[in-house]
Amino acid sequence: MPPANDAVALVELTGVDRTYQLGEVQVNALRDVRLLINRGDYLSVVGASGSGKSTLLNVLGLLDRPTKGEYWLEGRDVAALDEGERAALRGKRIGFVFQAFHLLPNRTVLENVTVSMLYNGVPRNEREPRAMEALDRVGLGHRIGFKPGRLSGGERQRVAIARAIVSRPALLLSDEPTGNLDSETSESILALFDELRADGLTLVVVTHDSNVSSHAARSVFMQDGRLLDGSRNG
Amino acid sequence: MDDTPVRTRMSIRDLIAEATAGLFARPGRTFLTVLGTVLGIGALVATLGVAKTAGNQIVGTFSELSATSVVVSSDRGFFGQQAPRIFIPWDAEDRISRLNGVVAAGSMASVQVGNDLTRSVPINDPLGQTEFQIPMIAASPGLLGAVRGSLATGRWFDSGHSERSDRVAVLGRGAAQKLNVVRVDQQPVIFVGESSFVVIGLLADVDRQSELLNAVIIPEGTAREYYDLETPESVQIDTEIGAASLIASQAAIALSPNDPALLRVQKPPEREDLRRQAEESVNALFLVLGGISLLVGAIGIANVTLVSVLERVGEIGLRRALGAARRHIAAQFLLESTGMGLAGGIIGTSLGVLVVVIIAATRTWTPVLDPWVPLAAPAVGASTGLVAGVYPALRAARLEPVDALRSGS
Ligand SMILES: Nc1ncnc2c1ncn2[C@@H]1O[C@H](COP(=O)(O)OP(=O)(O)OP(=O)(O)O)[C@@H](O)[C@H]1O
Ligand SMILES: [Mg+2]
Repeated sequence: MPPANDAVALVELTGVDRTYQLGEVQVNALRDVRLLINRGDYLSVVGASGSGKSTLLNVLGLLDRPTKGEYWLEGRDVAALDEGERAALRGKRIGFVFQAFHLLPNRTVLENVTVSMLYNGVPRNEREPRAMEALDRVGLGHRIGFKPGRLSGGERQRVAIARAIVSRPALLLSDEPTGNLDSETSESILALFDELRADGLTLVVVTHDSNVSSHAARSVFMQDGRLLDGSRNG
Repeated sequence: MDDTPVRTRMSIRDLIAEATAGLFARPGRTFLTVLGTVLGIGALVATLGVAKTAGNQIVGTFSELSATSVVVSSDRGFFGQQAPRIFIPWDAEDRISRLNGVVAAGSMASVQVGNDLTRSVPINDPLGQTEFQIPMIAASPGLLGAVRGSLATGRWFDSGHSERSDRVAVLGRGAAQKLNVVRVDQQPVIFVGESSFVVIGLLADVDRQSELLNAVIIPEGTAREYYDLETPESVQIDTEIGAASLIASQAAIALSPNDPALLRVQKPPEREDLRRQAEESVNALFLVLGGISLLVGAIGIANVTLVSVLERVGEIGLRRALGAARRHIAAQFLLESTGMGLAGGIIGTSLGVLVVVIIAATRTWTPVLDPWVPLAAPAVGASTGLVAGVYPALRAARLEPVDALRSGS
């Protein structure tokens, strides 16, 4: 654990473009994006539909590559990594929480969490205890044998959060985590995010919902692929 | 903060666990998919087994007994009516016995007794049937050995009986029973029409020419003297093992040097030819059928695996997000299709073996199967599944995680 790393930002994007070529038309999903995220930040990304929020999150999560620009994650230039290395880094350092939960319908709650440790080298005998711990953390320790079909929307999202944090990522990325939930359930999920952040996790949440962004320490606003750094919330 | 990223290696055990879970997620569909391979492998195994069993059976029936038997006859066969009549010489037994590889030889002919009935007592007994139509056969001294006969009691006649045209007879087991002759030490006499014969022996059994068992057998010389027998009808030859073909080619010349082609020689077919013929005739058709079912099974697996890939796009996206590389995704689907092929192979092999056993049992044959078949067949099933899974697995691996996450839910 080289201490020098703590000095650098967790995430550093400079001059990032992401363009899609749709036949004749070129779509600029990201234009000249510059973004710094420090450890322990809680960042919300807001903006109109189609402004590039999801694209930004995919680039941050190593699911997508910038067309141009630089991305440094934990002091490492990820552009230099090949596909396999990016996948490995993704599995170890990044957690995802999706709007659609993406749970495996035929696997139990516990298995849905342990699947997160299949690809990042966690030894087999550590997986279940860690998954139990994560499920306890999100308040679902009593549901480990359930199939996702028998869970409420809020519970499903908690399983997804447990799956995201069980690998102890450096960065948790979430695209509209409350998009499929009612306001009361949303609130409990946001409270959970607050707790995780208090534990030191770095969070980036994409949202339409001003209530969601109000929980974040910092909001950035996207428009037409450009990132306009917003104000710090109180 | 972390170590430098290295490609993660997934243990084969984890891969198998994931693939198994994938297969058991939809057990009904998996089962139906596996059926195609079950049929294919089952047909292949059953075919190979039945062919082997039948081949073995034919070779088995075609035993040492028939492998050492050569029969030369002057009967001109079904199409031989126009051919000139040919006589087998009276010294046929001697001529054949001189050939190398002959264990025993003897000639025989049926004797025309007209309407003469045979009885063992001189007077008619009005209370029961005492007269029978019993065939008479003239035999040379060597015939007993040539048909591998055994006597229950008494003796077989020798060349002296024949030369002197003695009125002696040996009774076959069946004939003796009808005539109620059980012992010969008192020199019982039987009557054929008005002619009497002293019974000197009773025939217990023969391995060949079982008609002898129901006949009154007299020396050839006696038959010539009293019944005007012109010629032996056939020569029975018992050969050494492996000598049958050679003897068959020499026997006709030895008996009829001028016109050997006019004699009919029956020899045992070659052992290996028989086995191969039997196996090939069963094999050819059914192996093709088995191959076709296997192909259909492979297409089924490919189809279902592809459907499963398309259904699980979201899962693929999720796994990629969790750190799975393309090869992990490919390996999982390949393993699922291989698992289906292997399951089909194992079930198919079991059913195939069962079919062989049942078919063999219904015919009281011995089921025979090459040992490599039940070992190789599941491997063939697994390879079928592996090949079938290649295209779907590549499709799954090629998916972009972003697209997969967006389209699947
Ligand atoms: N794979 C793609 N191919 C072509 N265009 C794309 C692709 N992905 C995104 N885009 C385009 O890039 C732009 C940004 O898309 P993105 O999904 O990031 O928007 P967003 O801010 O997340 O919108 P929403 O709030 O509706 O989710 C859009 O115009 C979209 O049509
Ligand atoms: Mg979006």
